[in-house]
Amino acid sequence: MKRRNGPLFWVGMTVLSLIFIGPLLLVLLTAFKSQSESRTVPPTYFPSQPSLRAFDVLFFQDAASPVLRWFLNSMAAATMHAALVLVVCSLAGYALARMEFRFKNAIFTAIILTLFVPGFIFLMPNFLLLDKLGWLDQIWALVVPGAAGAFGVFFMRQFFQGLPKEFEESARLDGAGPFRTWWSIVLPNARPALVTLGVLSYLANWNDFIWPIYVLFSPERLTLPAGLSRLQGAYTIDYPVVMAGAMLAAIPVLALYVFVQRYVIEGVASSGVKG
Amino acid sequence: MAVTVTQPQRPSSGATPAPGGRRSRGRTASVHGSRWTPYLFLAPFLVLFLTFVAVPGVFGIWISLHDWDFLLPKKPFVGLQNYTDLLDSSSPQFQPFWNGMKATAIFVVISVPFLVTLPLLLAILLGRRFPGRTFFRAVFFAPFVLGVAVVGLMWRYLLDPSFGMVNGMLGALGLPDSTAWTTEQPWAWISLAFVTVWWTIGFNAVIYLAGLADIPVEQYEAADIDGASAWQKLRYVTLPGLRPVLIFVVITTVLASANMFGQSYLITKGGPGDSTRTAIMEITDLGLSQYRMGQASAMSYVLAVFLALIALVNFWLLREKKS
Repeated sequence: MKRRNGPLFWVGMTVLSLIFIGPLLLVLLTAFKSQSESRTVPPTYFPSQPSLRAFDVLFFQDAASPVLRWFLNSMAAATMHAALVLVVCSLAGYALARMEFRFKNAIFTAIILTLFVPGFIFLMPNFLLLDKLGWLDQIWALVVPGAAGAFGVFFMRQFFQGLPKEFEESARLDGAGPFRTWWSIVLPNARPALVTLGVLSYLANWNDFIWPIYVLFSPERLTLPAGLSRLQGAYTIDYPVVMAGAMLAAIPVLALYVFVQRYVIEGVASSGVKG
Repeated sequence: MAVTVTQPQRPSSGATPAPGGRRSRGRTASVHGSRWTPYLFLAPFLVLFLTFVAVPGVFGIWISLHDWDFLLPKKPFVGLQNYTDLLDSSSPQFQPFWNGMKATAIFVVISVPFLVTLPLLLAILLGRRFPGRTFFRAVFFAPFVLGVAVVGLMWRYLLDPSFGMVNGMLGALGLPDSTAWTTEQPWAWISLAFVTVWWTIGFNAVIYLAGLADIPVEQYEAADIDGASAWQKLRYVTLPGLRPVLIFVVITTVLASANMFGQSYLITKGGPGDSTRTAIMEITDLGLSQYRMGQASAMSYVLAVFLALIALVNFWLLREKKS
């Protein structure tokens, strides 16, 4: 479409941007307020006496809420989860893209069918399974169960099918076995797909809420989202502290997003192509 | 990357067989190795898939046929009673379950129209050529990378009826400044729908953008030559061209809204009363807080069947009509 974009268009874009970014900025500013200033009517937007009190409380004052520990738990769980997804899905995706074997169609169909099964079906049985494995209240409860996702394997399979076969064939002529070919020829060429799937898995795990609040119990084992929702349980909520905590959970993913936004957005766009 | 392909993929057998590899038995793969090689590649995935997806999917049905209290040693078989209880108005599960289903239905009905149309308008805006297009796309998508915990805690504060900044700003503009956004209906539903739109608009917008890019420019040029208005182009070029994407968006958005949990858990805490306690909240509360897993499993299968039926109806309504 060739129409010129007039000033109205730019005003609209600015207003929209403010609606999407403004609330985050207001919350960030609140983290630097005193508790009483966070409850003034009418509200202030900029802290009148900016202080780091909320961060001090968040990190050092409350032994029952080890926020730094939650942060590290979230980091560790998301990192291990993303790594596991990448290994498992790129191995399986490669087999489904390039190899012929019995039951291939049956296996692939079974995996794809689970895309249509809502996740809440698995809450109760997986809880019992984790109990049997001794994984309740353990980081493994967050890392392992979601790793065999249909999306990951489908995504990797699609990408591998789009790669030219020549490199793999010349590797074979050079005497490389299938595993060697996968590791040193195929994976290096699949970097964009691996980054996309890795980041999406990391984000999903970092942000997961419903699962950690029910499978983790000890204060020192919680993830950041699960822990923050308990901070809110107090009688009078210390909003600057809660907002500082929310920003602690938001800033790492926003920073990651700034660097890899192209991969994130294209990965999401590709999830719609199944039509 | 194959990100803008909107043709449906062939459901299976996408890999082409290796040239000449069909005949000999041990050599059927285009990647060589023994006949077990493919299974070795698949093994880690399949172990996790069977353990945490396939087996639990069936085990859940087994649970739902028992009076399965996690904390009690005996879990007696009760047949279909957990299901029939949901239809029996004298059972204790009846009222909470149908209240949850009603809340879920209300949220779907009020949120989905906005979650389907507003991202489309945004995608059409972003589909124009202008400097900074990628930047704005990234800005509008940004809230989606946040978790529901961050979004819920933020908006609970911003929407606070007495000292929240939403009422503060409305007051500064001379508008009513004491709306009970989180503690009275219908405001609680409006707030939850608004927050969900704010949070997820970028997701659907990006999917629409990919779909828009696939509509041939020639169709718009032809419409221009015919003197079509902007509205006519939307109605007769954009929407038909987007049909497969639109079906995908409607179905996935209905399912996402039917899965709503964190927003009402954090922002309204299920209130006022229990008006925003969704079906998922009932199921997790009953199954994973009170540990009455038999009843909760039965509820989750009933909800899943409802959602499957709704997805099928949506698909049927939106399908390409053959004249």
